[in-house]
Amino acid sequence: MAVTQPPLPFAKDALEPYGMKAETFDYHYGKHHAAYVTNLNNLIKDTELDSKPLEEIITSSFKDSSKVGVFNNAAQVWNHSFFWNCLKAGGGGAPTGELAERITKDFGSYDKFREEFKAAAATQFGSGWAWLVDDGGTLKVVKTPNAENPLAHGQKALLTLDVWEHAYYIDFKNARPSFIDNFLDKLVNWDFVAHNLAA
Amino acid sequence: MAHQLAPLPYSYDALEPFIDTQTMQLHHDKHHAAYVNNLNGAISNYADLQSKSVEELVKMLDSVPEDIRATIRNNAGGDVNHTMFWQIMKPNGGGEPAGDLAREIDRTFGTFDTFKQQFNDAGVKRFGSGWVWLVKNNQGTLQITSTANQDSPLSEGYYPIMGNDVWEHAYYLKYQNRRPEYLNAWWNVINWDEINRRFAKSQSAT
Ligand SMILES: [Fe+2]
Ligand SMILES: [Fe+2]
Repeated sequence: MAVTQPPLPFAKDALEPYGMKAETFDYHYGKHHAAYVTNLNNLIKDTELDSKPLEEIITSSFKDSSKVGVFNNAAQVWNHSFFWNCLKAGGGGAPTGELAERITKDFGSYDKFREEFKAAAATQFGSGWAWLVDDGGTLKVVKTPNAENPLAHGQKALLTLDVWEHAYYIDFKNARPSFIDNFLDKLVNWDFVAHNLAA
Repeated sequence: MAHQLAPLPYSYDALEPFIDTQTMQLHHDKHHAAYVNNLNGAISNYADLQSKSVEELVKMLDSVPEDIRATIRNNAGGDVNHTMFWQIMKPNGGGEPAGDLAREIDRTFGTFDTFKQQFNDAGVKRFGSGWVWLVKNNQGTLQITSTANQDSPLSEGYYPIMGNDVWEHAYYLKYQNRRPEYLNAWWNVINWDEINRRFAKSQSAT
């Protein structure tokens, strides 16, 4: 029972009017994400992990020095599948409804949340991810290096942004802050975030 | 006296076709420049640190104030690593090392090709951002290592004789996800004269 790569939830050129080229998805979805799936399946083939759900592969291999490769590839498979769902043509801006209330309650305002998320994404040095998480009932912004994710830390992921350079180099070159602004203002799929919060 | 961005010792297009012009412009003028600026910002209120070289800073991380330690580690590291990187490359480079370094590589790795293969493998295996190095370790022997992000071998007491940058910014515009291809191509722009000089310096430094 191999791990599979879910289809991209939009056409690869769907985000072109919103700052992300089809070429980015050719590589990011077609090469990077696909390679994590292939690598993971090669690593867990004929082991007891092969029959386990992806989430369990991630949590059981975290901090296990004999399973660094398994963790890195499994978490990157999950992170990318989750990330694609966080993107939507013409999304972004402030959320509404219960999500908006929770953000105001835990951050003070949407603007405060936006500032915190942007700072986390901008200051994750090297490769990694910025997240909005539900940590035992409180919404928080966190950042993680390389493949690490909230699952590994017992938090519920609500929203993420990939800040590996491959995520933005074709569209924004070195300008990570522009990539973050573009994501927050034009791409965030708040419906998916609300769905995660309710789950 | 603020740290200065070392100028690129050749033109932006000098390493074509192996490293493209736009990558060199962004890598030197944006990425490397940002490390220098961030370092200067971090030490702007620390007169005693301003007199230290970047080499000294990455060797003394344990004794710099904790609130700026990560910033120094990342940005002094980014500066010292990139300054070396530009110097150990040149147009019409490549080939094989000569003299003492060649003998030491053969003695340690068997052959130059084995060394090259192990160096490339270590570069492929570095997960995320980082560097692959040939260092002189604290036993005085050559060793291939790899560091995360901008960590310098100097912080571990190792002398970096040569290193390749495997951050995606070093190769993404031309090679995209194909890091192994970049690692292979890089040997065509190696400046062995400068690397021989660094090897000689490592012999006298320890
Ligand atoms: Fe990615
Ligand atoms: Fe670099």
